[in-house]
Amino acid sequence: MATVLPPPSKRQKREEIERTTTQLDVAPILAPELGSFKANFVDSDGNQMTDVIEINFADATEKNISVLLNTLLERDREEFTPYRFRIHIPGKDIIVDQYPSDLLGLLKQHGVENPFETTITLSAEPQAVFRVQAVSRLAHRIPGHGQPILAAQFSPISSGRLATGSGDNTARIWDTNTGTPKHTLKGHTGWVLGVSWRPDGEQLATCSMDGTVRIWDPEAGKPVGQPFKGHAKWVLMTAWQPYHLWRDGTPRIASASKDGTCRIWVVNTGRTEHVLSGHRSSVACVRWGGTDLIYTGSHDKVVRVFDAVKGTLVHSLTSHAHWINHIGLSSDHALRTAYFDHTKDVPSTEEGRREKAKERFERAAKINGKVAERIVSASDDFTMYLWDPTNNGTKPVARLLGHQNKVNQVQFSPDGTLIASVGWDNSVKLWNARDGKFLKSLRGHVAPVYQCSWSADSRLLITASKDTTLKAWNVRTGTLAMDLPGHEDEVYAVDWSPDGKMVGSGGKDKAVRTWRN
Amino acid sequence: MPQNEYIERAQKLHGKRLDTEERARKKAAREGHKQSENAQNLRGLRAKLFAKERHAQKIQMRKAIKQHEERNVKGAPEEKDPSNPVPAYLLDRSNPTSAKALSSQIKSKRAEKAARFSVPIPKVKGISEEELFKVVKTGKKVHKKGWKRVVTKPTFVGPDFTRRPVKYERFIRPMGLRYKKANVTHPTLNVTVQLPILGVKKNPSNPLYTQLGVLSKGTIIEVNVSDLGMVTASGKIAWGRYAQITNNPENDGCLNAVLLV
Repeated sequence: MATVLPPPSKRQKREEIERTTTQLDVAPILAPELGSFKANFVDSDGNQMTDVIEINFADATEKNISVLLNTLLERDREEFTPYRFRIHIPGKDIIVDQYPSDLLGLLKQHGVENPFETTITLSAEPQAVFRVQAVSRLAHRIPGHGQPILAAQFSPISSGRLATGSGDNTARIWDTNTGTPKHTLKGHTGWVLGVSWRPDGEQLATCSMDGTVRIWDPEAGKPVGQPFKGHAKWVLMTAWQPYHLWRDGTPRIASASKDGTCRIWVVNTGRTEHVLSGHRSSVACVRWGGTDLIYTGSHDKVVRVFDAVKGTLVHSLTSHAHWINHIGLSSDHALRTAYFDHTKDVPSTEEGRREKAKERFERAAKINGKVAERIVSASDDFTMYLWDPTNNGTKPVARLLGHQNKVNQVQFSPDGTLIASVGWDNSVKLWNARDGKFLKSLRGHVAPVYQCSWSADSRLLITASKDTTLKAWNVRTGTLAMDLPGHEDEVYAVDWSPDGKMVGSGGKDKAVRTWRN
Repeated sequence: MPQNEYIERAQKLHGKRLDTEERARKKAAREGHKQSENAQNLRGLRAKLFAKERHAQKIQMRKAIKQHEERNVKGAPEEKDPSNPVPAYLLDRSNPTSAKALSSQIKSKRAEKAARFSVPIPKVKGISEEELFKVVKTGKKVHKKGWKRVVTKPTFVGPDFTRRPVKYERFIRPMGLRYKKANVTHPTLNVTVQLPILGVKKNPSNPLYTQLGVLSKGTIIEVNVSDLGMVTASGKIAWGRYAQITNNPENDGCLNAVLLV
């Protein structure tokens, strides 16, 4: 038999009635008046942007402050730029990168006695006005290559063309909108190790194990001129001369080879203009900077900076203790895309295009109103160095410590504020590009991470790994935005199209894959 | 101080004998003579044990010598183009480990559908219950009960196994016949690795044997391959893979298996 509870006693009844009849005083639950603080806005160079203004803690969300700052700068609503803020804790050397949901709590946590009426410095970083969405699904799987795909790059013009280089001695151009092959570029007699589009998208350069560089017309799928012969061994990488630096009506291209030299070719004639020698071992990476400097990183542990016009050595940066694998350039994205940007308006005249390309480069490379193109070199010694060869000479700006194994690739974000590095320790690390401070580590891959690529708005990062997956990361929060399994084997190459619509990848399973949101 | 460290204690208190070094040197110097004498004069079991120890030592020595010889090679090895296409950043690096090759081999094999359900040993001799189980009589003299069985073949017993109370225990799996590891071979690569067993997937003779974890020839076991760094199609780490036992463990005293691909 079930137990029957005894009826409530008189006292219990009385208390029950009392509880239900009296109204609860809800006032203490509501937030009290929070008070206010004084905000001092500075830009990324530390210059004051507006007068100091008082802001209520209750209203101090990042979005509100961003709108407020735009209003203070007297911008029209259409021209509002989204900002991200970094908080300088008053009286201390701490800078909080992530804007908190509870600002008052953060200040108290950092031991600010009286946050009210104190002046807090907020450094405002402008964000891209457009937004790239994380890719989330496999759009196309395009078979065609007979051997693993070793390199992939999207055309700077649009995401409609993707070029890949493969171990079957061909490079191929794909129409990614329809998922069909466009052209097969046959001619090399060794694996195609690198493909790179000319900044205006009119030509494509491939480099190969057979020691040659070939130039192709991507629309016709035909070779342009003769192959550039001269290297004694494999050509590992090529770099086009930035669009705004073209002289004598011809572009130039630099190629790095295993024979320890780097050659500059005049593309229209196929003539070798300079042979940049000096490295004692394989040159793993070459970059052509926007101030006509060529940066080369080599297996002899040295980064060399050459003057591209005269072909002379400017600096020799020796700090690394092992092979240099990759060099990232703060203006990489701007140089790669020349005059193409999110506005899609291309100047009609040659001068206009050069002007725009130059302006885009300068915007990307400027620090404190001075053009300071920075480079970061990744090495087998588990570290990276941040250099500013134009202003700082051979002295590194910072040493980036934190990786626990070889660092394979390093990339500046398109807006130049962050550095992403990937390596053999299965992690992706983010660094502040200004001072080289470690920001966060993105963990999730279970095998060495080979490549990474930024989205054009610098908000997302995609990484390709030996563990057969691609992973898209939200840079702001440091979380995994999207896991993209689908490859059947190691992924060797990944590229996010400059317009942000598509990601292309290729690897050991021989099929090109494109990903969309 | 632990009880057995009295020598260390004495040395700390009183120091070593003054001629310790000399004695140690002399002992070491006579070591070769001692070895030689033993090798010539020992007889019987002692000789066997001595020979076994010496054999192991020699193997170690040969390995060490070989390593030194490899180190002494002068000049760079002749340059050869790598066989499988790899991107520029992987050139000049040491070859990928066999474990990785193993995993991709498995994957490519899996793609062929016909291979999916074939096993290396398709036909297995059955084992009768009479052969497998031995009756154990328990109880006092008058009413001896015969309902307990001892498994006479090797078994795998999971790490979380606890014995039932003696009264309810029907099958006894002897400790001496239990296995935890298997020598697993990859059929095409001829790589053999010792891997921990995770479980017995199927003993083809009898479902009961599967339950008991009997390891006989042809049994499918699951082995832990996490050390090999294999990855599934979705990018997760694969850590269990099936393998089939290829020898008669009760005869050989070891467990050899071949990975199913």
